[in-house]
Amino acid sequence: MTDTTNQARIFDPFDFLARYGTLIALALLIVFNLAFTRNFASMQTVNVNLTQVCTIVIVAVGMTLVIGTGGIDLSVGSLMAISGALAPMIFLGKIVPIENVYLAVAAAMIISVLVAGAFGLFNGWLIARFRIQPIVATLVLFIAGRGIAQVMTNGNLQTFRVPEFQLIGLGRVFGIPVQVILMAIMVIVAAWVLKRTVFGRQIIAIGGNERAAELSGIAVSKVKLVVYGISGLCAGIAGLVVIAINSSSDANLVGLGMELDAIAAVAVGGTLLSGGKATIVGTLLGAMTIQLVRYTLLSNGVPDAAALVVKAGIIVLAVWIQQQGRHA
Amino acid sequence: MTVLLSMIGIEKRFAGIPALSGASFSVNHGEVHALIGQNGAGKSTLIKVLTGYHKRDSGDVMFEGKPFEVFSPQQAQASGISTIYQEINLVPYRSVTENICLGREARRYGLLDWKRMHREAEALLQRFNVRMDVRRPLMEFNTATQQMVAIARAIGFSAKLVIMDEPTSSLDEREVAVLFNVIRQLKNEGVSVVFVSHKLDELYAVCDRVTIMRDGRTITTAAMSEIDKIGLVSSMLGRSIEKTDGHATAFGKRDKKNIGKVLLAADNLAVNQSVQDVTFNVRSGEIAGFAGLLGAGRTETARMVFGIDRPRAGSMQFDGKAYDPKKPADAIAAGMGFCTEDRKSEGIVPEMSVAENMMLALMPKLAKSGIIDEKAQRQIVERFIKQLGIKCSGPDQKVRELSGGNQQKVLLARWLAMNPRLLILDEPTRGIDVGAKGEIQSLVKSLADQGLAVLMISSELEEVTEGADRVFVLREGVSVAEFDRDEATENVLMAAMAEGSAPRIEGASS
Amino acid sequence: MTQVKLIKMLGSYGVVLALLLLILFGWARYDYFLGLFNITSVLRYNSMFALVALGMCFVIMTGGIDLSVGSTAALGSVVAALASPHGAWIGLGAGVGAGLCVGVINALLVTRLRIMPFVATLAMMLAASGTALLLADNQSVSVSYESGFTTIGQENFLGFPIPAWIALAAYIAGWVILNFTSTGRGVLAVGGNEDATRLMGLPADRIKFLVYLASGGLAGLAGVILASQFGAGQPIEGVGWELFAIAAVVVGGTLLTGGVGSVGATLAGVLLLGILFNVLNFENGKGWISLSAYWQSVIRGLFLLVVVILQAKLASRSSAAVKDH
Repeated sequence: MTDTTNQARIFDPFDFLARYGTLIALALLIVFNLAFTRNFASMQTVNVNLTQVCTIVIVAVGMTLVIGTGGIDLSVGSLMAISGALAPMIFLGKIVPIENVYLAVAAAMIISVLVAGAFGLFNGWLIARFRIQPIVATLVLFIAGRGIAQVMTNGNLQTFRVPEFQLIGLGRVFGIPVQVILMAIMVIVAAWVLKRTVFGRQIIAIGGNERAAELSGIAVSKVKLVVYGISGLCAGIAGLVVIAINSSSDANLVGLGMELDAIAAVAVGGTLLSGGKATIVGTLLGAMTIQLVRYTLLSNGVPDAAALVVKAGIIVLAVWIQQQGRHA
Repeated sequence: MTVLLSMIGIEKRFAGIPALSGASFSVNHGEVHALIGQNGAGKSTLIKVLTGYHKRDSGDVMFEGKPFEVFSPQQAQASGISTIYQEINLVPYRSVTENICLGREARRYGLLDWKRMHREAEALLQRFNVRMDVRRPLMEFNTATQQMVAIARAIGFSAKLVIMDEPTSSLDEREVAVLFNVIRQLKNEGVSVVFVSHKLDELYAVCDRVTIMRDGRTITTAAMSEIDKIGLVSSMLGRSIEKTDGHATAFGKRDKKNIGKVLLAADNLAVNQSVQDVTFNVRSGEIAGFAGLLGAGRTETARMVFGIDRPRAGSMQFDGKAYDPKKPADAIAAGMGFCTEDRKSEGIVPEMSVAENMMLALMPKLAKSGIIDEKAQRQIVERFIKQLGIKCSGPDQKVRELSGGNQQKVLLARWLAMNPRLLILDEPTRGIDVGAKGEIQSLVKSLADQGLAVLMISSELEEVTEGADRVFVLREGVSVAEFDRDEATENVLMAAMAEGSAPRIEGASS
Repeated sequence: MTQVKLIKMLGSYGVVLALLLLILFGWARYDYFLGLFNITSVLRYNSMFALVALGMCFVIMTGGIDLSVGSTAALGSVVAALASPHGAWIGLGAGVGAGLCVGVINALLVTRLRIMPFVATLAMMLAASGTALLLADNQSVSVSYESGFTTIGQENFLGFPIPAWIALAAYIAGWVILNFTSTGRGVLAVGGNEDATRLMGLPADRIKFLVYLASGGLAGLAGVILASQFGAGQPIEGVGWELFAIAAVVVGGTLLTGGVGSVGATLAGVLLLGILFNVLNFENGKGWISLSAYWQSVIRGLFLLVVVILQAKLASRSSAAVKDH
C-alpha cells in the first residue's frame, strides 16, 4: 500500500460509460432526430417532449434522494393516485364546500400533497423503525395506496374544468408550460440540496457507508424518514400535474407504472442503485433520454408496444453498466 | 506420527502486496495443531490458500502424500478438508438436519429420505454427547450448539482435517469445555485439527503443536510442551525477550507536565462475552494505551465508550460528570472522536471526496441553517491536508483512490476538525506503510502535547511501549494490569498479556 | 423465545385458521356460499392466481422477487390464443413456452449479469407486456373454439374445474420438490444464507436460475388458463397480479427476505385472499353495506403490513437471540 493515488488515470471503458454514457446517448439521439425526424427542430417538439417527461422527472427527483440513501420507493405511483384523487374532491367541494375558488384550489393542492408526504413518512417509519428492507416496506403502499385512492373515489372518474387548478398542467408563462417551470424549479432545488446542504451530504454518506455515517454522528433514522417523506411529496405534486393535464382523475390510472419510469430515469441518469452516488441532473438527463428514445421510435413508425421492449432493454443496460463501472 | 499435510514455501500476493512470503505449515495425522499470529500475520490467507478460496502464487502443498490442488472450498471438503469459520456459516432458518446434511442428502426412490437424514444427524451429534431435536431450526439454539452443528457437518463429510477458525470466540467456559472434548475425540479417531485461537490457555489445554506466523512467514513450529506463554507471545509479536530499546516508532519523548486531570474514567465495564470487567481512565494531555492479544476486549471497550454498544454493567464519567452515551452522536457531542480499526467498513465513505469525508462530522456545526459553508470548509480541509501531509490530487479526489495511510489521515482529520477532547484510536497504523506510520505517530504525540487525551489501541508492542504514557493490559475481557511509561517494557507487557498474573495496580487517580 | 414461537405459529397456522374462520363465517351468513356454483367459480377464477403465487413463492424463498408474472401471464394468454387453432395441447405448450422464455431471461439477468431481481423483473414486466401487445396488435385475440382449447379453462373433471385440478397438481409437485428434493432444500438455503450455501457446495446460481424459470413457466400456464377461460388472449390483463401473488405468499408466512416458506400455506394464502373477495361480494349482495371491490387491495395491503411488521420483529428477535448466547 504505497502512496499511489492514480488508479483513476487508467482508462476504464465502463467507468467512462457510467459517467458520460447518458450524455452521449442523448446527444446521439438529438443528432439522429435532427437528421431523420421531420420537424424535430421546433418549439412544438421540445414542448411535447418536455411536458411528457415532466411528471416522471418530478417523481424521479424524490426517487433519486431515496436511492441515494441506498433505498427504493415502489409506492410513488400509488401516492400519485392518492393525491390525484384527493385534490378534485377538495376543490370540487365534495368534502367541504368552499366558496372561494382560489381558496379551494390552494387547499386542494396543499392538503393532497401533504397527505402524500405523510404516506411517504409512513414508508420511512417502517424502514427506520422496524428496519424493514425498503423494497418490502414500500410494497405495502404500492399495493394498498392505489386501493385507498380507488376507495376514496369509489373508482369513479372525476372530471372537472377548473382553470385555476389546471394552470399547473396546461398554463404557460412566456410560452413555457407551467409544469416545465415547476419541474425545473424542483430539479434545481433538489440538485442544490444534494450538493450544498448538510442534509444532502448526509444522504450520500448514508448510502455510501451507513456504519461510517452513524459513527460520524449522523442521525441515520431521521434522514431516512425525511427522504421518504420528500419522495411522497414529489409523488403528490406529480399526481396533481397529471390530473391537471387530463382534466380528470382516474384513480385506476394516475401514476400507474410510475415507479419503474422513475427508477429507470434514476438508473439511466447515473445514480448507483445501491446508493452512495446520486445526481439529480443525471436523473433529468436519464428521463429525457428515455423519453427521446420513445419519441424517436414512435415518430419513425415503430409501435408503442415495441418501444416498451426497447425501454426495458435500456434499463437493464444502464444498470449493468453502472454495476461494471463500480466493480472496476 | 506421519505427516498428513505439508505446505512449503507458499507465496501469495494481493495487488502486489505480499500476504504470504515463503510460509510453511505441516500437520501430522491425529494431531491438534495450533496456528497463531497477529492480525495480518497471514493465518487466514494460509487457510484460504489451503481450502482453495485463494489461488497460491507459488509453493507446494501435499496432502496424504499426494500433491494437493483444489479450486474451491467444496473441492477441499470433498478431499477431506473441512473448515469451520469464525462466523458460523450455516443457514439459521433451516433445521439442524438440513444444516448437517445439505449437499450430501440421503435419497430414497429419488426423493429425500428425511427419516434417515434425521437419524444420521442425531448419530453424528451424539458422538459429542449432544442431544437435540434435529428437526428444529438452527437459530433456536445457542451459539455453542450451532458450533457443534458446524463441526458435525464438517465431520459428516468424513473429514481428515478439520480447520477451526477461532471457534471459541463466542463460547462461554462450559461450552468451551464441551468443544475441547469434541476435539479430543476427533483426535482419538485419527482426525487432525488445525486450531486458530488467541486464548493462550486454550492452546495448552488442547493442542499438541503450535505454528506461529508473523508478517506472512512461519516463525516457528514447536511442541506445546516445549514453549511457554511468554515465548508464544514474543514470537507472535516479533520481539525476542532480550531485545533492548532503540526506537522503533516516531513518538519520541514526552513531557509529563502536559498531563492534566482525569478526563474519562470507566469502572467495571462489561458487554456480552467479550468484555467482563474493564476499568481504566484517561487524563487530558495523556496517551493511554490498551495492550492485549486479539480478542482481549480492547475494541469492544472502545465501542462502549463511544456509545456504539451499551454496557451491561459498569459506569463511566467524562470530565467529572456521569457519562452514559446512547449513540455515537452523544459521544461526539461530549467531545470524543473514534478512528475505528476497520477503515473500509466503518470509516471512509469511498465514493465521497477527501473534503467530504473530512467534513462529515463537523459539517452540521459549520453550516449556516443547513447550508454548507463551502469557503470555511475549504479552508479547514486545505489546512489539514497541509498539516497532516495528506497526499492527494486535491480536496475533490475520491477518498477510495487514496492509499491506506492517507485514508487514515483523512479520518484523523475528520475528528481533529471537531476539536475533540478525547480521541480514541483503534490500531491507528495498521496496514499503513512505514513513512506514513511515523507521521501519524508523531502527529498523535504532538496532539497530546497540546492537551488532547488519547486512548490508543495497538497490537504493535513498540507503539504502546514508546507511545503511551500509561498502558492498560487487557486479557480475555478483563483489565489485568496498569503500567506507567517507565514500567511498561515489552517484557512486562507480554508477561501480563500472556499470564495476566501481574497484580492489578490501582490508578493514581482513584 | 416463546414469543418467537407464537409469531412463528401465527406464521404457519394463522393463515389456515383465518381461512377456516372466513369459510365458517361465509357459511353461517350467506345461503349459497358453500353451494357448488360458488365453490367452483371461486376455484376456477383463483386457480390462475394460485399458479402465479406458487412460482412467486419459490422466487421469494430464495430472497428474490418476480414482478414480471402479471405481464408474463398476459403474454402467455396471447401466445396460447394465437396457437390455439393448431390444437389444445399446442396452445397449452405455446403459452407455457412463452412464460418459460421470460423466465429464462429473468434468470439470466439475475444470475449472470447480477442485476437486482426487482430491477430485472420490472424491466421484463415492460418487455413482456410490450411483446404481448405487439403480438396481439393491441387488442384481445380470440381463441379457437374448434380445437378444444377452451376445455382447459371452462370444463370440469370429476365435478371440479380443470384449472383447479391443474393448480392442485402444480401445488403437489411444488410441495414434493420443496420438501423432498435437494434442489428444493437448496431454495430455502440460498434464501437463508447465500454465502453459507455456496460454502456448503450447493449450486446457488443454478437454484436461482430454476426458480425464475419455474415462475415464468407457471405464469405462462396461468396465461393459458386465462385465455381458455375467457375465450381470448388478453394483452392488457395481468396488471397487479404480481401484487396479489406477493400478498398471498407473504400472508402464507413466507419470509420476504427468503429462507422460510411453505407451499401449502401459500395455497391457503391464495384462497384466503380470494375468498375474502368472494365474501365481500356476498356482503354487498345483502345490501347492508356496499364495500366496493377496491377495498380488496387496501385489505391486501393491510394484511401485508401486519405480516411484514411481525416478520421484522421475528427477525430482530432471532438475531438478538443468536447474539446473546
